[in-house]
Amino acid sequence: MNFDDTPQEAEFRKLARQWVEANAPKELEAELSKSSLGRIRLQHHDIVEVGKAWQRKKAAAGWACLHWPKEYGGRGATPIERVIWQQEEGVYGKLTQPFQIGEGMCGPTVMAYGSEQHKRHYLPKLAAGEQIWCQLFSEPAGGSDLAGLRTRAEKKGDDWVINGQKIWTSGAHYSDYGLLITRTDPNEPKHKGLTMFFLDMKSPGVEVRPIKQANGMQEFNEVYFTDVVIPDHQRLGAVGDGWNVSLTTLMNERMSIGSRLATGFPEMFEFCSNLMLEDGLAIDDRATRSKLASWAVKASGLKYTSYRAISALSKGDRPGPENSIGKLVAGSMLQDIATHAMDLEGAAGVFTGAAEEEAQGQFQAMLLSSPSMRIAGGTDEILRNIIAERVLGLPGDIRVDKNVPFNKIPTKGR
Amino acid sequence: MNFDFSDDQKQLRDQARKFLAEKCPPKAVRTVLDGKEPYDRELWKGLAEMGFLGVAIPEAYGGAGAGHLELCVISEEMGRALAPVPFSSTVYLAAEAILLAGSEAQKQKWLPAIAAGEAIGTLALFEGKGNPSPQGVKLSAVGGSLNGVKKPVPDGAIADFAIVAARTGPGERETDIGLFLVDLKAGGVEAKTLTNLDPSRGQAELTFKNCKAEPLGAAKQDWAILTQVLDRAAVLMAFEQVGGADRALEMGRDYALDRIAFGRPIGSFQAVKHLLADMYVSATLARSNCYYGAWALSTNASELPEAAAAARISATQAFQHCAKNNIQVHGGMGFTWEFDCHMYYRRANATALGLGSLSYWEDQLIDRMRKKNAA
Repeated sequence: MNFDDTPQEAEFRKLARQWVEANAPKELEAELSKSSLGRIRLQHHDIVEVGKAWQRKKAAAGWACLHWPKEYGGRGATPIERVIWQQEEGVYGKLTQPFQIGEGMCGPTVMAYGSEQHKRHYLPKLAAGEQIWCQLFSEPAGGSDLAGLRTRAEKKGDDWVINGQKIWTSGAHYSDYGLLITRTDPNEPKHKGLTMFFLDMKSPGVEVRPIKQANGMQEFNEVYFTDVVIPDHQRLGAVGDGWNVSLTTLMNERMSIGSRLATGFPEMFEFCSNLMLEDGLAIDDRATRSKLASWAVKASGLKYTSYRAISALSKGDRPGPENSIGKLVAGSMLQDIATHAMDLEGAAGVFTGAAEEEAQGQFQAMLLSSPSMRIAGGTDEILRNIIAERVLGLPGDIRVDKNVPFNKIPTKGR
Repeated sequence: MNFDFSDDQKQLRDQARKFLAEKCPPKAVRTVLDGKEPYDRELWKGLAEMGFLGVAIPEAYGGAGAGHLELCVISEEMGRALAPVPFSSTVYLAAEAILLAGSEAQKQKWLPAIAAGEAIGTLALFEGKGNPSPQGVKLSAVGGSLNGVKKPVPDGAIADFAIVAARTGPGERETDIGLFLVDLKAGGVEAKTLTNLDPSRGQAELTFKNCKAEPLGAAKQDWAILTQVLDRAAVLMAFEQVGGADRALEMGRDYALDRIAFGRPIGSFQAVKHLLADMYVSATLARSNCYYGAWALSTNASELPEAAAAARISATQAFQHCAKNNIQVHGGMGFTWEFDCHMYYRRANATALGLGSLSYWEDQLIDRMRKKNAA
């Protein structure tokens, strides 16, 4: 048991470190280090712009999407090399936020189902950050029940015509391409009548509308499709096989290891170490200590769980299912930490302004954004189902809609 | 990075699991639980023969000289099987204390006996309620003679010797506490078994009356040594707790698959699934914290105090959580004496207190993290 690199890993790490050292946008380091909890705020720069510049530089030197094959813009690196790269890229990795859905989900799906021509045409541009991709899966009627989606694709000659609506699409407003799952046959049971496409987000009939979220920010979008035409060669996988294709996409999302989930613990520990209450520092308060200790072991437990997965990768094994617990643990933790931080401040906890509030309003912002952590990318409940069914081997839910034609499933109205 | 046990260590774990499955089925635990035997003598002998008692004791003192990672994997299996033997008191507390601070003569005398299964040892620290602290130690040591009462002492009624924390000075300073090695069969100590939460493991009251005692080694900073012993034991006990938590989770899972109600396995109900998923989460977090503790223990890293506290807290929480929800999944049957659920529930809650309670370790963790941050 040790934390050391193998000689090859050490060599790779050295290369990566030297390159980052020589090429990273150092002027952004302080700001990037400070922005936490998945929220990146740059005072004088647009994240998409600086992100594209960083990604372009990486691609030119062979550090973008480095686990992809070389011919598609990658480096042909091993999974453990990818993790080492992420560690060395450090805070600058935050600049890749606009490309993460493309790199983590859309790219791998195109790689698995696209034609050779498409792969050579689109993937290097995706890897280099020249083109941004988004993922058009969720719908008002299909969130956790993704296969309940209703956006229609109808064949007209060599083309498909799309009508419907997607929701919760991150980055749709700056994306060039989108991965789109549609219903092509409503007479089939719901998992069978689906088909996957990709499309140019500038196609006529695509309308992107930002969603104003509960926390007042706008990070997601609704995307409307009105008679949008997609050529048949942009179909990924067979007609009716969209569900299986989407599983490739989602599997890739869940395989990504080493991505640091924000838990709020380091911020909370620092806050409690400095916050002076009437009878002393918050960290000396008995109730607070107990909570802090519980959060501490959750945070360290997540960290060392990811180390176990990295070790499996290092040995060339597939990581076990342990990593499925990450978001489930971190989501509630953020919410609990925010609530307790404000409780410690008493009446003043109500302020959100940076000037009035002890911690520049960071816990108030955390409180307001944390509900989304427990919903996006699989709700807490869906994640518990996944753990129960795929890890513990418990039976799936009894599904009343399983073998029923989609258009016969009772709904609230369609 | 290789943050995992080696193939040899995993093989040792499998070997221990197989051995315990055969020699320590729930029926064997119940023999002690029901008060028919104070501990499982046959199992104890078998553990010695397998080399498990001395796995971390150097060869020079009759052990296998393997190391603490090897001991960790065995501890996990001991917890899984609820082994009704004085393993933790003898191996984690007494042997570790002697290894850390004992004189050469003490090592020569006691360590080979421990490895051979011929001596049961323990640590006599507590004196009634409270957690480890110099102030809590009242038993006096004057001129090599001990007077006072210790309780609870784990396995105190069956132990051959004890490491005893005693007051050597009047104040609250850590230097006012000394550690002594006492041969419990040499007279001057009266042992009384006390009823406790988990009768599969004994707890006793030891009364010392003008009892002859030799200092443990020549160390002067005995409280610091005691703290180290507790940290080392915390990691090892955490592995027992994780083993117990995993087994409780498996029992719940198996029952949920087997039990049919409302025309379907109860494991197909989300309310039950989510209960089990949460048990998996806490057991996984605890296991990962324990691995870090194992690394720190086996390398004597400066991170050990923090790692030990984290492993202890996480494993205590996980075992308590899994044991109580295992009963919940079993419903009414889980509350019968006949089903094994209560044995895990008892063990989980008794081990949560043995080395200092959860709140004690929470305090320790925060203090230690602060110290590290300040440094």
